[in-house]
Amino acid sequence: MSETGAADGVGRSGSGSSRAVRWSGAAAAALLAVLALVEPGLAQQTEQVYGDFPVVGPRGAVWIAAQLHLMFAAFVLGVPMFAVVVEGIGMWTGEKRYDRLSKEFTRLLLVAYSATAIWGAVLVFFLSTLYPTFWRHLTEVFAPTMWAYAGLFFFESFTLYVYYYGWNHMKEGAKKKLHLGLGVLLNVWGTLVLFIADSWLSYMMSPPSGVTAQTDPASIELWNAVMNFTWMPINIHRLIANVVFGGAIVGAYAAYRFLAADSDEERAHYDWMGYVGNFIAIAALLVLPFAGYWLGREIYAYDQAMGITMMGGFMSWLWIIQAFLIGVLFLAGNYYLWTGMDRIPGAERFQKYTKYLLAVLVLGFVVWATPHTMIASRQELAAMGGSHHPFLNVLGVMSAKNTAVNFMILATFISFMLYRRANKVPKVDWAKAGTWVQAAAVAVAAGVVLFYGVYGYFVTAEVRIGFSVYQVLSVLAAMVFVVGLDVAMMRGAESRGSIRWGKMPERSQYALFILAVTFTWLMGLMGFARSGIRQHWHVYQTVRDTSSQAATPALGHAAIMISVCVLIFFALVGLIFWLGTLAEEGSGGGGAKAVGEEGAGGGPGADVGEEGPRLESAEEQVA
Amino acid sequence: MSGPERVREWVGHPFWATALVLVLAYAAIRFGIPHVPPLFGVASAPVPSSVVLQYMLSVFLALMLYVSANEERWERFREPIRVLLVEPDLGWLRVAVLVAAMAITGWLTYTNVRPSYGAPAALRSIHPAPPDQIQFEGETLRLSRLQNPLREEGDLQEHYERGAEIYAENCVPCHGDRLDGQGHFANAFNPAPLDLTSGGNLPQLSESFVFWRIAKGGPGLPPEGTPWNSAMPAWEGVLSQREIWSVIVYLYEQTGFTPRSTEGHGGGEAGSSGSAAEGTS
Repeated sequence: MSETGAADGVGRSGSGSSRAVRWSGAAAAALLAVLALVEPGLAQQTEQVYGDFPVVGPRGAVWIAAQLHLMFAAFVLGVPMFAVVVEGIGMWTGEKRYDRLSKEFTRLLLVAYSATAIWGAVLVFFLSTLYPTFWRHLTEVFAPTMWAYAGLFFFESFTLYVYYYGWNHMKEGAKKKLHLGLGVLLNVWGTLVLFIADSWLSYMMSPPSGVTAQTDPASIELWNAVMNFTWMPINIHRLIANVVFGGAIVGAYAAYRFLAADSDEERAHYDWMGYVGNFIAIAALLVLPFAGYWLGREIYAYDQAMGITMMGGFMSWLWIIQAFLIGVLFLAGNYYLWTGMDRIPGAERFQKYTKYLLAVLVLGFVVWATPHTMIASRQELAAMGGSHHPFLNVLGVMSAKNTAVNFMILATFISFMLYRRANKVPKVDWAKAGTWVQAAAVAVAAGVVLFYGVYGYFVTAEVRIGFSVYQVLSVLAAMVFVVGLDVAMMRGAESRGSIRWGKMPERSQYALFILAVTFTWLMGLMGFARSGIRQHWHVYQTVRDTSSQAATPALGHAAIMISVCVLIFFALVGLIFWLGTLAEEGSGGGGAKAVGEEGAGGGPGADVGEEGPRLESAEEQVA
Repeated sequence: MSGPERVREWVGHPFWATALVLVLAYAAIRFGIPHVPPLFGVASAPVPSSVVLQYMLSVFLALMLYVSANEERWERFREPIRVLLVEPDLGWLRVAVLVAAMAITGWLTYTNVRPSYGAPAALRSIHPAPPDQIQFEGETLRLSRLQNPLREEGDLQEHYERGAEIYAENCVPCHGDRLDGQGHFANAFNPAPLDLTSGGNLPQLSESFVFWRIAKGGPGLPPEGTPWNSAMPAWEGVLSQREIWSVIVYLYEQTGFTPRSTEGHGGGEAGSSGSAAEGTS
């Protein structure tokens, strides 16, 4: 619309009959040209041009394209990370089913990879046609990285093709090692691609010091623009989040296949695959808050106004929604483990503990999601004496929330440990003492978390922020120590029977769907929080958004847009899952069928109802 | 079966235990939180209905997860529902429950759509983000670097006394002589004047942030997060910079709080002073 308007403006001045108008137009143009030479930034400010897009407007169009590109990209960058690890486990243990699982992960990548590229192209076309001035600014700063990006994308594509299509050709000996190397290389390309794209968006949030609205973009040093304040925190946060997301989507795929399975073998295979997906997602989720916390700190440190808008101001309600959704993730992940215990002989010993773990999780959930400033009617506000509840306000601050989330992490960790132990009886002499030491380690970590959580109320803010580090470190240390001790304790453990893969209630699979949908929604919502704190700036305090859609969207509007993106994403993912099934039918064998073909002991399908040493080792490796 | 045994069995049944926990949780949230803490000298108030709903949803979700996490428990939980829906002898109860369900749904719908004269529940953020710089009587002040000059010059006691005088002359009607937000005019405002003695306010703020809030007041609040509805006047033009800094010295000395300061890892040019709010919403 603005483009048309500008063209109309030129046309009118050109067609005017008055000589004075023509001369004044020419003089103004000459003046602008001189000013542009002297002060390029001014020219940049006066030439902001925007395109128009039907129905959703230019911002809506770019939003949807960027969001969907990001979701698919997260999947195709996350899955290779654990696909190659699973392949490595297969090589190391000699168990073929890991190799098949890794290949099945990779098969999902192929179609998702095309979708990523398509949405990426749509995003670039939208940006260059709807936001041409801003796009020009980005290209002037980042052109060399864009060329590198295209090259890396090319390498990544062909590495993926060779990796997938060369699977059978390179399945033995040195060739297998080469194949694994290709998987590693695929991750290297993917990580570089991610880091380059992150440099663009993080530059938009935190351009380097000294860059102002008057700075000529061509004069900005490329490396300074790349190495901006939030670049590395976003890189790390996204790397971990991609693994979480990839695991969750793979889990949803497995759940879909489990529910649609025709045979016990197929159900057993996809039950196992779902378990692995859930394990990867939840294990990576446990460390994600720490990376997010680092990013938040860096945003505060870069610009306090941005930090306050994000955490305490306009965007703060998104953190309550985030707390609620992450609470759902924790509950769904634990629920999946607890329902899975029904299929493990010996697990009944531990099922009595689930209600206590659930109590910790729900209390943590309630504390984490308690708002500091409450939504209240006029009468309720008057009764409280303000927006803060006089009693519950202690739960609204970070001391309480950090404590709650650390307790939830510990409870989830205990669920994993119980699951891991479910069918084992340790045979070492020191088993009882070892278990007490493990319990003591968890208790000490909980004590440290609680101590600093309470102490945090009595110290100044900058001291309190440091406490979260002690809380996190104590939880991580306890987790590492307990797992280490457990591995030693379970050497030569007696088995009470193998896991009856496939004997899982169907409702448990919906927990995997909930995980995938919730992760996707969270990505969109919190991505909006990160991006929206720039407010009316394309590049924060450097390139101003002067379009008619410059206002920061209301939370309700943002939630609708993100929900639409999530729906589109899952519609497309559903299509990809279906295509995956078609490809399998066409090739005459896939995951579960191959398991069946392999015969007894070849995979989880063959272990249904049997004693299976392979499943023992699967637990050792994966859990 | 004796009475106590029957009660024990009833309470031990997953369905009835779930119903009982829901009722107890509602009672604890609705009546326990407002009334129990005051018995121990701790202030409390009724929980807003939005938070009651949130808490009850959390409890309900947790209970559903618990009863369905084990196949046997899940079967037992569904048993009374199945009996109610299919047992031929229980037709009268089936009809009664369905009528009651429809009546409750109708009542809830009616109470939600019934016209009301009350203001709608407000979603309000109370931590405004300060601008990078402000104009104070023509002078540009960069907030991220602004320090209280009175901390470095003259006698702090004198600044404190001067600040106390200015506070008594200008701030007491709203913020109260005890700085607790209970001045004479306090009840006339919504939102109420800030309680300066609360640990959630002054210690969370850097002095430059407090300077901005006093100088620019409600009219100077940023456009995002509106409506702020703040009755705080802008004191620029009434008080000088030095007078505002004196009041700030008084506020912190009187309450015993320490102003929030830099964490010491700012980003060069764009480095920050302490931020105003780390808490969520």
